[in-house]
Amino acid sequence: MELNPSAIVGIGLIGAVTFYLGFHSSRLANTTPDFLVARRIVRSRRNAAAITGEYLSAASFLGIAGLILKDGVDTLWYAVGFTAGYLALLLFVAAPLRRSGAYTLPDFAEARLGSVGLRRLATVFVVVISVLYLVPQLQGAGLTLSTVMPVPAWVGSVVVVVLVAVNAFGGGMRSITVVQAFQYWVKLVALALPTFVLIVVFVGGHPAASPLSANTSPVFTSQKSIAIPVAVQLQVAEPVRVQAYGVVNGFRNNGPLLMAPGIFYKVGANSTLVFPAGSPVPTPSDSPDTNAAWLRPQSGGLSALFSTYSLIVALFLGTMGLPHVLVRFYTNPNGRAARRTTLHVLLLLGLFYLFPTMLGALSRLYTPELLVTGQTDAAILLLPAKLVGGMGGEVLGAVIVAGAFAAFLSTSSGLLVSIAGVVSTEAFPGRVRDFRWATLLAALVPLVLALSLPQADISLSVGLSFALAASTFCPVLVVGIWWRRLTWVGAAAGMVVGGGLVLTALVLNIISEYTGSWAPWPVVQPALITVPAAFATVIIVSLCTQDKVPPDVSRILLRLHAPDPLGFIRDRDVARFGPAAPQSPTDGRHHRG
Amino acid sequence: MSRHAGDGRQPPEERESARESTSTRKPRRKRVVLNDSRNPVTVVRVITELEEQTSVGEALVRNLVRAQLKMALWLALLTALLFGGLPLAFYLSPRFADTSVFGVRLPWLLLGVLPFPVLFAIGLLYNRLAERHEMDFVNMVES
Repeated sequence: MELNPSAIVGIGLIGAVTFYLGFHSSRLANTTPDFLVARRIVRSRRNAAAITGEYLSAASFLGIAGLILKDGVDTLWYAVGFTAGYLALLLFVAAPLRRSGAYTLPDFAEARLGSVGLRRLATVFVVVISVLYLVPQLQGAGLTLSTVMPVPAWVGSVVVVVLVAVNAFGGGMRSITVVQAFQYWVKLVALALPTFVLIVVFVGGHPAASPLSANTSPVFTSQKSIAIPVAVQLQVAEPVRVQAYGVVNGFRNNGPLLMAPGIFYKVGANSTLVFPAGSPVPTPSDSPDTNAAWLRPQSGGLSALFSTYSLIVALFLGTMGLPHVLVRFYTNPNGRAARRTTLHVLLLLGLFYLFPTMLGALSRLYTPELLVTGQTDAAILLLPAKLVGGMGGEVLGAVIVAGAFAAFLSTSSGLLVSIAGVVSTEAFPGRVRDFRWATLLAALVPLVLALSLPQADISLSVGLSFALAASTFCPVLVVGIWWRRLTWVGAAAGMVVGGGLVLTALVLNIISEYTGSWAPWPVVQPALITVPAAFATVIIVSLCTQDKVPPDVSRILLRLHAPDPLGFIRDRDVARFGPAAPQSPTDGRHHRG
Repeated sequence: MSRHAGDGRQPPEERESARESTSTRKPRRKRVVLNDSRNPVTVVRVITELEEQTSVGEALVRNLVRAQLKMALWLALLTALLFGGLPLAFYLSPRFADTSVFGVRLPWLLLGVLPFPVLFAIGLLYNRLAERHEMDFVNMVES
């Protein structure tokens, strides 16, 4: 893709400021508690911005717009689902979880049920979920960098990992908090500013627009030569005459080709298609083929309906089970503050999600060629250059690319620290030195996976980690907080059943991607089946093992539910590691506000 | 051990026994001294009752938990009905799916703009109600 020097400068700036902030706050983070939990001194508002900053991953930023470009209005459920998941967290989990004093999900499992074995099982799932969430972030970073610099996709992934590992190596959670709060505002600005500009330009009447009218495909407004880097499968709604250079449906082409509706065209990697001006745009074979179908929700039949419901369940119930969100939760001083922070996050999320939606719709008009290459996640990155053009477009594009990079950095930081924190406190006794080595390990494994697995739609991969969280931790959390008869056997059985089913679906999905996409909807979106199965297992097995109910369950529930002023909260990390080092007068903050 | 917050001028303090263990059956004796309490003796007694899991203490907590759970479930049901009905409605009624409001298709508004204020409003309502339940409980304990 073309070189965009402003974007490179933007990314460099983001990286430099991130490193500076991280380094600055790292100089006071020397004890293990400081590392693991950025102390409850972190103010509620900054904490909300940090949580939101971390939550707004590349999936939100690029992936939603890309999916809207491809699949239309049904993908808006991703945005609604991400946000509603926080509401579910608020309703059922927020205050009791904070009052439990647990500092990670495995810690909660042990605190509530008294079993160290369950804690280890939970640790395994924490690592798997975090890795599943982290891999698409790294791939997205690679995609971002390769759209503004002529570098291969792996460079971006490596750059992000190095930057994050170095930062986390230095300061752990405290430096990450400051970094992420900063990056939330960068993301908001990097999206809000260009969106306003783009909407203004669009409403002002851009001559090169092809309207979103019904029953036609998107249209190329001028002659377009598209290089296709990886194999894609396309369909057309009306006949399209194209010049094809490469392998199509098994035959090598070197000239004119007529694409007819009703046939799927498998275009091989490294092919080139040249479309004349005014010709319709082919769409991926598993997406709506006309704008009418794209505009209308539920245009895919009964299996699409079930798929949508499955996605909703995964997102709504999976948020509370995401380890990196929950760890940050612990930085609130008490249950009431935890509720307030969650509400604040809801507000910030709502503000944010308006923007990728609008940009996704705009990209259907202005970057339809992405439908052909299959790299729809790059929609937002390419939109400014199309719409505005010239120097303005380049600067605008640079702002967005910098925002995307901020998104990857912050989410990857949070995930990395979460994985490292869990591994270092479970696998080794939690000494600071171990945390640093755990960070290194936590950085290498996802990087290797990101580089070796094929690039999938960012939001879809993230959706699967939500399904896993919804099928493993959500039942244990919800049932554990509200039902006194949960046993560790029931919890373990539920996690194994739910987690096993989702992981099976994941493997089948990967196989199906390589062998012709035969997977039915429960394999692609398993949550509608796996979550009820997990809940049922938890409840039934608990009822069968009532002799294993913890003897002090009444006191535990008292601690979870008694209002904060009565003073039953006991912070488990203080009990385990000791209190934090005494604070300096500047409280570790060298910046005001 | 018999120091007593008779004059209310002592700062609130909390002392836990040195050895914490979640698996012993013996209840921890926990002394909580609250400022501004009108009847400190009763407050301390109720809290130790909660701590010692007497039937009165357990009943109090169970009621609170049940009230909170019921409220959370009602609000979750409300959310599910508001949003969960939409895919089905779109599927069953193409005309509903195709209507436009202010030039924008209705589903795009219903899914892309409206949910966020609604979700926030439900969250706000929950926070208010939950805090009121808790305040009622604390007031009851203190009275």
